[in-house]
Amino acid sequence: MSYSDKVIDHAENPRNVGTLDKDDPQVGTGLVGAPACGDVMRLQIKVDESGRIEDARFKTFGCGSAIASSSLATEWIKGKTVEEAEAIKNVDIVNELNLPPVKIHCSVLAEDAIKSAIADYRAKRDAKRAAEAAAKPEAVATTDAR
Amino acid sequence: MALKLPIFMDYHSTTPCDPRVVDEMLPYFTEKFGNAASRSHAFGWQAEEAVDHARERIGKLIGATSEKEIVFTSGATESNNLAIKGAAEFYKDKGDHLITTVIEHKAVLDTCKRLEKQGFKVTYLGVGKDGRVDPDDVKKAITDKTILVSVMLANNEIGTVQPLEEIGKITRERGVLLHTDAVQGVGKVPFDVQKMNVDLASITAHKMYGPKGVGALWVRRSKPRVRLVARMDGGGHERGMRSGTLNVPSVVGFGKAAEIMQVDGEADNARIFALRERLRTKIQGALEEVFLNGSAEHRLAGNLNLSFAFVEGEAMMMAIKDVAVSSGSACTSASLEPSYVLRALGVGDELAHSSIRFGLGRFNTEEEVDYVADLVIDKVGHLRAMSPLYEMFKEGIDLKSVQWVAH
Repeated sequence: MSYSDKVIDHAENPRNVGTLDKDDPQVGTGLVGAPACGDVMRLQIKVDESGRIEDARFKTFGCGSAIASSSLATEWIKGKTVEEAEAIKNVDIVNELNLPPVKIHCSVLAEDAIKSAIADYRAKRDAKRAAEAAAKPEAVATTDAR
Repeated sequence: MALKLPIFMDYHSTTPCDPRVVDEMLPYFTEKFGNAASRSHAFGWQAEEAVDHARERIGKLIGATSEKEIVFTSGATESNNLAIKGAAEFYKDKGDHLITTVIEHKAVLDTCKRLEKQGFKVTYLGVGKDGRVDPDDVKKAITDKTILVSVMLANNEIGTVQPLEEIGKITRERGVLLHTDAVQGVGKVPFDVQKMNVDLASITAHKMYGPKGVGALWVRRSKPRVRLVARMDGGGHERGMRSGTLNVPSVVGFGKAAEIMQVDGEADNARIFALRERLRTKIQGALEEVFLNGSAEHRLAGNLNLSFAFVEGEAMMMAIKDVAVSSGSACTSASLEPSYVLRALGVGDELAHSSIRFGLGRFNTEEEVDYVADLVIDKVGHLRAMSPLYEMFKEGIDLKSVQWVAH
């Protein structure tokens, strides 16, 4: 397998490797792939109050292309809004890294990882909002009772 | 002496020619260029004599009783095709059943599949966790329609050596022919066609420090006399079994390589075994969750097949790119399937993806082994630091309990 210089660069010097606190309500975690298939990506985003991704981290079990795809994904989504990050397509990654056909699934996995992290973030946010909304009338009731 | 990079540790794929082999080959390109089939002049006689000398040397290495039993081919793939298809076709009136194993080289498996398409029946025997065939399974699989059993001497991926002698006893007793793809094992583990009751043996020069493009099929000439239908029509060379002008320089090189194996093989193997154990103990001493694939006991001296859990094989090869090794990872194959050999042992797919085969050989040094061990330890640490699976393992999460979303 001959790799493009960009894949080699990302694989040898991966950006944003690491772990964010998955229990932080501002953090969304995406875990995609399966060990039996030879690749697992975990991509995490930390979203600020304005909906912008202030930090992104990844860890990947997989080949050089999988590592490069996830490394590139974190680099791209940092500083973007959640909606902008959501618009990233696997083809963009394929083109940037010059992935050969047999490695396209690595880029698909990276796109899935972004989407999965965003979905997790939104689920947490919505749950938090629902909890807040549910808590409010109760707070009023307490006031009334007093 | 300064270490020279890249380091070759893929001796199962091929080997460099021993310089002594090349020296002996050279005159046969220029002044001794005759056609070994030319019976009417000195050029031909000279070539024929050289070829026959090579037959003797190769025959001696495997315990052949007559040098006439050696049929030269283009390599072991052709030898396997000739042995299996040739015997199946010749003995088809006697029976239509063949037996082989699931971990054979593709040159055997695909040959058997071709025969199945032509109406033959093939039993593919499984292997144990250690990669060995149970001779009892061979015994049970033989029917009155069985004409041939084909079991490799040693496996190319995991280096496991098969109990050929025991299998040979069974096939001889039942009057069934025994073929062995002996490519990886000849000169490296005890192999004697008489003692093991082998009837057909495929070998190749480039796995034993000879040139590429030349191999041989040893065909038993007596008790029983094995007959084959040739794959190629032509001048009737090689006792009619393989037409085509012999590649004399390569045949000469093959002979020399066999002689060197005969003389130096044992000492060579002891040294290679020590190197392999040095590599294994260093790596396993420094890293957790590193597993040896295949039998520890019945194993080629130069084979070290390890699975580095939580690290993918191709990423690993990329990280140690100054070292030539191979991997059972799907990412290294065109099929995107992990190694069928490792699967056959019951190694899980995740560990098959994490496997690296180190193949050590004659020209490796202790210095190289130490360099590779240090490099592997460092890079595995690095790759595990970026592996979500390793993090989960460290947190005590059972990876098998996770609901993975397979792609």
